[in-house]
Amino acid sequence: MELVYLLIPLACLGAAVAVGFLGSVVGRVAAHTIAIAGVAISFLLSIIVAVDVSQGHHFNGAIYTWGQSGGVVFTVGFLIDELTAVMMVVVTFVSLMVHVYTIGYMAKDPGYTRFFSYIGLFTFAMLMLVMANNFLQLFFGWEAVGLVSYLLIGFWYERESAIFANLKAFLVNRVGDLGFLLGIAGVLFLFGSLDYATVFEAAPQKETATLVSPMGYEWQWITLICLLLFVGAMGKSAQVPLHVWLPDSMEGPTPISALIHAATMVTAGIFMVARMSPLFELSETARSVVLMIGALTALLMALVGLVQTDIKRVVAYSTLSQLGYMTVALGASAYSIAIFHLTTHAFFKALLFLGAGAVIIALHHEQDMRKMGGLRRALPITYGTCIVGSLALSGIPPFSGFFSKDAIIEAVAHATIPGAGLTYVAVLIGVFVTALYSFRLIFMVFHGQRAENLDEAHGVNEPGWVVTFPLIALAIPSVVAGAILVEPVLSGRLFATAITEPVIATGSHTTAGTMLLHGFSGLPFWLAVAGVISAWVLYCLKPRWPSKIASTFSPVYRILQRKYGFDELYQCVFMRGSRYLGEHLWRTGDVKLIDGIMVNGTANLVGRLAEIIRHLQSGYIYHYAFAMIIGLVVAMSWHLWV
Amino acid sequence: MSFLHSHLLSILIWLPILGGILVLATGDDRNAAMARKMGLGFSVATLLLSVLLYRNFDLTTADMQFVEQMPWINIFDIQYFLGVDGISVPLILLTTFLTVIVVIAGWEVIQERTAQYFAAFLFMEGFMVGVFSALDGILFYVFWEAMLIPMFLIIGVWGGQNRVYAAIKFFLYTLLGSLLMLVAILYLYSQSGSFSVLEFHKTPLGMTPQILIFLAFLAAFSVKVPMVPVHTWLPDAHVEAPTGGSVILAAVLLKMGAYGFLRFSIPIAPDAARELAGLMITLSLVAIVYIALVALVQRDMKKLIAYSSISHMGFVTLGFFVFNTQAMEGAIAQMISHGFISGALFLCVGVLYDRMHSREISSYGGVVNSMPSFAFLFVFFAMANVGLPGTSGFVGEFLVILGTYAVNGWIAAIAATTLVLGAAYTLWMVKRVVFGPVANDQVAALSDINPRETWMLALLGAAVLLVGLWPFPLLELMHASVDQLLEQARVIKF
Repeated sequence: MELVYLLIPLACLGAAVAVGFLGSVVGRVAAHTIAIAGVAISFLLSIIVAVDVSQGHHFNGAIYTWGQSGGVVFTVGFLIDELTAVMMVVVTFVSLMVHVYTIGYMAKDPGYTRFFSYIGLFTFAMLMLVMANNFLQLFFGWEAVGLVSYLLIGFWYERESAIFANLKAFLVNRVGDLGFLLGIAGVLFLFGSLDYATVFEAAPQKETATLVSPMGYEWQWITLICLLLFVGAMGKSAQVPLHVWLPDSMEGPTPISALIHAATMVTAGIFMVARMSPLFELSETARSVVLMIGALTALLMALVGLVQTDIKRVVAYSTLSQLGYMTVALGASAYSIAIFHLTTHAFFKALLFLGAGAVIIALHHEQDMRKMGGLRRALPITYGTCIVGSLALSGIPPFSGFFSKDAIIEAVAHATIPGAGLTYVAVLIGVFVTALYSFRLIFMVFHGQRAENLDEAHGVNEPGWVVTFPLIALAIPSVVAGAILVEPVLSGRLFATAITEPVIATGSHTTAGTMLLHGFSGLPFWLAVAGVISAWVLYCLKPRWPSKIASTFSPVYRILQRKYGFDELYQCVFMRGSRYLGEHLWRTGDVKLIDGIMVNGTANLVGRLAEIIRHLQSGYIYHYAFAMIIGLVVAMSWHLWV
Repeated sequence: MSFLHSHLLSILIWLPILGGILVLATGDDRNAAMARKMGLGFSVATLLLSVLLYRNFDLTTADMQFVEQMPWINIFDIQYFLGVDGISVPLILLTTFLTVIVVIAGWEVIQERTAQYFAAFLFMEGFMVGVFSALDGILFYVFWEAMLIPMFLIIGVWGGQNRVYAAIKFFLYTLLGSLLMLVAILYLYSQSGSFSVLEFHKTPLGMTPQILIFLAFLAAFSVKVPMVPVHTWLPDAHVEAPTGGSVILAAVLLKMGAYGFLRFSIPIAPDAARELAGLMITLSLVAIVYIALVALVQRDMKKLIAYSSISHMGFVTLGFFVFNTQAMEGAIAQMISHGFISGALFLCVGVLYDRMHSREISSYGGVVNSMPSFAFLFVFFAMANVGLPGTSGFVGEFLVILGTYAVNGWIAAIAATTLVLGAAYTLWMVKRVVFGPVANDQVAALSDINPRETWMLALLGAAVLLVGLWPFPLLELMHASVDQLLEQARVIKF
């Protein structure tokens, strides 16, 4: 079995390297065949591993020793348990679908083979991340997915906006990584090991370990470590205030937005916190912070989604908001529900992105929703699957999103840690807003007046099967995954010992059936329905109302349009600030002070001294002779008198 | 075999120097082809022999190995005393490896005074190996100063427009510091009755002499590293130096200063080192943060990479003076890694400069369109410079941060800002140079790297990946010596 574990990431890596170096030689068809074969092998083997794990076969072992220093052995190794298995299946499945889809989406792109190489590399990195059995390898995967994300956001490197966005994404993520790395250093300091099993086992004994902050407060060590690790999660999973990179990441090709910036990479932070559940369970303070950050992200980003006009950006803000929901679940100690929502979200959000991509290619790379409309006849499969995705996203029963989202809301309702009350309100409002922006998209794009510039002559046709097949393949789990998984998740069977959490308090509704019954009478359901109806009224029935509302509440509208001004603030403070600081430090420190005064100043001083001393060396013999005589006289008289 | 084994260090020093003399003997540029081939031959031979050094190195002991000891200038007790431990072996390997790279780099580029150019690098190689293996204070000093001469010539003869200012600045800056070192060595002789560095380590010293000795060595070593505020010669020297000069300067010469702290300052004056650790850590942190900000606003690629070097060397000195195994080993790993990465980045700039004759960032833009293979390698090395895991740049930074955290979390936090700042200045440069639409006709007309350039960069790339993915052998090499050094650092000498 160990060989199988090893083969899963390596199949992707091998394919990526082969396509990367030989892609231009072997041609497009061979390139995508190799790439798809690689990820398909990974997917099939992941299924085998998942089945094996469900029978209780776990694995925790090293592959090789990376290094050793100061008594600490750093290894590269795998931890295969239920949590890993779920992530592996999700990652490889979505990746496989995106691979297939890419054949259609990138068909005319000159960077075709390069793209396949990158997504193969990404799948490898993501697998290394989720399969890690220690913090070092986790960090390796963490940074490697960041690298591929950087490369893919800037895939169209001639676009100024793309290469700005990828730099921004990398730097914002690095801010998170700074915290993450310090958290890892803290783990090593406190536990003397970076191995998950060792750390988790020792964690309860370290619960009372404290350190004294400079202000004199006593801090629980575990709280500090959890908060630092969570800063990393905030970067990768785009939580407020480190969320600013994700909307801009839409500069990358759409398959990437689906795979990396919706389904998998951005959920790495969620996965990481769930993996660290034995640590987070020991710190209520840390969980409280997690909860509130999540609530903030869930609500604020959903509201911004209401005013976006770029089809991809609507889905991007929706992703941010849903990541907020997952974070809320983590904060409420419902780690397995967070992973549950991560899973359902991976399916329906990848579906929505690929659907948006299908619209974009059908319209020859038009992304502005205001120029779309009435596409449901021309793109029936896209329309149908997008409806499925939106229903799942809005949490309408019996679609998958309903189960996971309802479970999150229930978990928050039962949570007792500080901030839970406000969070509950926020996630409820979020349900309404989510349904509103989701169906705003549907109605603007697929219903209403057919946009005048999109006449039949333009040839708006459904793309080929390589595009529609992944849509359908993702639509199926978007419908059924929730109903299938809800019982194993809520009963604690699915994740077994992989996640440490209290018994999930969601009342007695732990099976799909009871949850459905309960769901139709619950507040979230009616809020979602209200959202859908509002969208229908605003964007189908009374299409003039939205602009009226916008002008009536123009201050609010402008705040939302400016996305609360985070970008402007960061631009001003960090980008301009650091350049200003650097420029002035350089000009006054290096150029003026050190070089001007110290170095060249010394040189000038020596020069001036030499100018004076030069007169002593006149070259006239009688000067020297006189000097010698005077010296002799002084020396002799010295000896005589002293 | 036994002769080879017992005289390996001498051979590693004198073979390239002999090679340099022979290369010089080829005369003027009519025999340039001959000079090139000989240069390559001697550098490769030295590299292969240095591999022998590694293969026969005993990992279990911290004692000096491959020791050669014989009287040199009897009247002053000066000895020809060589030996290596786990700290110097990786540095010697770095030196011999990079000399080969530099010879390849200068192959077609240097068309004037070719023989002298290659000879200068061979001389320098010998002297550098000498610095890393000398165990006699005066012998060390001789190699240390001798190395200045070929470097001075390389900048002054093959350099850019402002080369004379840069060469003299470089020379005076480093000479000034090393004179104080000579005084310290003479003082240590008066105390220990020997010039042997190993004797220096054992000599008891009072606190005041220790502080003075530490400061005297600091004057020499801090200039070479370079540490803030005596770093301003480096950007000038790099900008004016030819590509090969920049590579050796950044990759090996800077390491000599850092090596000096390990071989002299810390074991000879451990009490002073502990006493002044606060100062050293502060200067290191200033280098990491202040210099990174300065690097951000540079308009000249070589200056930017030079400032980046200073910032990265801040991690090295930080790692030394927190006195912790991981930090110390991380710092040494950082020295090696920085040798590869900064060398590669300077080569990349050299590749562009050879084609466009400009180092200004603003002259470029969209290089990837005309030079895709080059862009791939450049982005790779940029990522290594940023310290991405899987590259060698990560190993040092990671271990130093881990080790420092165990001593003081705040220091580690300040040092870790390099994660953001380093990425900012490196990738912003990459964005402006490599990505974007084609900036002008000259960029559009660029030809991609040729096989020779590909090879030299690929070799460095392989080294970066090897150390990044499996630093085990490198760390293993230094365990015993680092343990011993940290023990010496704990000794109370007065």
